[in-house]
Amino acid sequence: MIDFLRNILGKEAPRSKNIAKERLQLVLVHDRANISPHLLEDLKEDLIRVITNYMEIDENALEVQLNNDDQSVALVANIPVIKMKRDYQDLRA
Amino acid sequence: MGEVIVITSGKGGVGKTTTTANIGTGLAAQGKKVVLIDTDIGLRNLDVVMGLENRIVYDLVDVTQGNCRLKQALIKDKRFEGLFLLPAAQTKDKNAVSADDMKKLCEELREEFDYIIVDCPAGIEQGFKNAIAGADRAIVVTTPEVSAVRDADRIIGLLEANNLKRPKLVINRLRADMVKRGDMMNIDDMIDILAIELLGVVPEDEQIVISTNKGEPAVLDMNSQAGQAYRNITKRVMNQEVPLLNLDYETGIVKKLKRLLGLKG
Repeated sequence: MIDFLRNILGKEAPRSKNIAKERLQLVLVHDRANISPHLLEDLKEDLIRVITNYMEIDENALEVQLNNDDQSVALVANIPVIKMKRDYQDLRA
Repeated sequence: MGEVIVITSGKGGVGKTTTTANIGTGLAAQGKKVVLIDTDIGLRNLDVVMGLENRIVYDLVDVTQGNCRLKQALIKDKRFEGLFLLPAAQTKDKNAVSADDMKKLCEELREEFDYIIVDCPAGIEQGFKNAIAGADRAIVVTTPEVSAVRDADRIIGLLEANNLKRPKLVINRLRADMVKRGDMMNIDDMIDILAIELLGVVPEDEQIVISTNKGEPAVLDMNSQAGQAYRNITKRVMNQEVPLLNLDYETGIVKKLKRLLGLKG
């Protein structure tokens, strides 16, 4: 019934609870992305371990950071490659 | 061996103390031995909500500093044999209690009580860390507002980082009329955002103000909807299964009309 009346009266403004939910979801993405430097260090070490299976990288120049912009949070890694590993065998080839 | 439950929220003014008083009193009404600890040093309030403010002699800091024995500082409730309050200090230094003090205290109280309910101060500083130090599980209180839900999210993260896994949520002051017209987040919205288990929902209810005025927890008021909500929450704390309250504000006539018109209420 209420919906019916709303349809007659034309398009309604978005309900404020939807605005609240959307704003909250966005702000929490940022809040939750506030991770500790410790976590980032551990992540770096794990990344190095995995990547060195495939290529030689400059570990000292490796950069890992979380970038926040208005809409999303991204994990950005800058990993300079020195050379590919020769001894990698493509088992699926 | 008793269980230590901390009531926390992050944001102030969402109803931590009211929730503590009502769950504690509710448990005592179920025949449990319960002690409530107010850890909000300098901003003591659980005593007035419980109506026990005139009986305070010693406080939490007196106990941890050894000025009195623990038994001397426990205030016996007016209504229930098995209900006690350990009040916060009002005038002493906030840092007078440490996390280790709280752990020791909780261990000692565990021997004698079924439930130790800890009322946590607002914020995420030392007072919060102390309050959660000895706890086995946590209850997070929020209201359906963006600020309270955001702070609840932060608190849930901190609880989990401190090994209090799977805290449960109490949604306080829900207004079914506002939810219905889409101007207040509903239960599902908040569970969706916070991703934790729901312990209960307490509707906005004038009776809470009235019962706090009198110093009588609403859980004992059989005519109050909030009281019923707290009785249900109490049972869920005791691991009993109780269905959620139907928070329908519509009057009987409207409901009947809708049914006549074939619209579901």
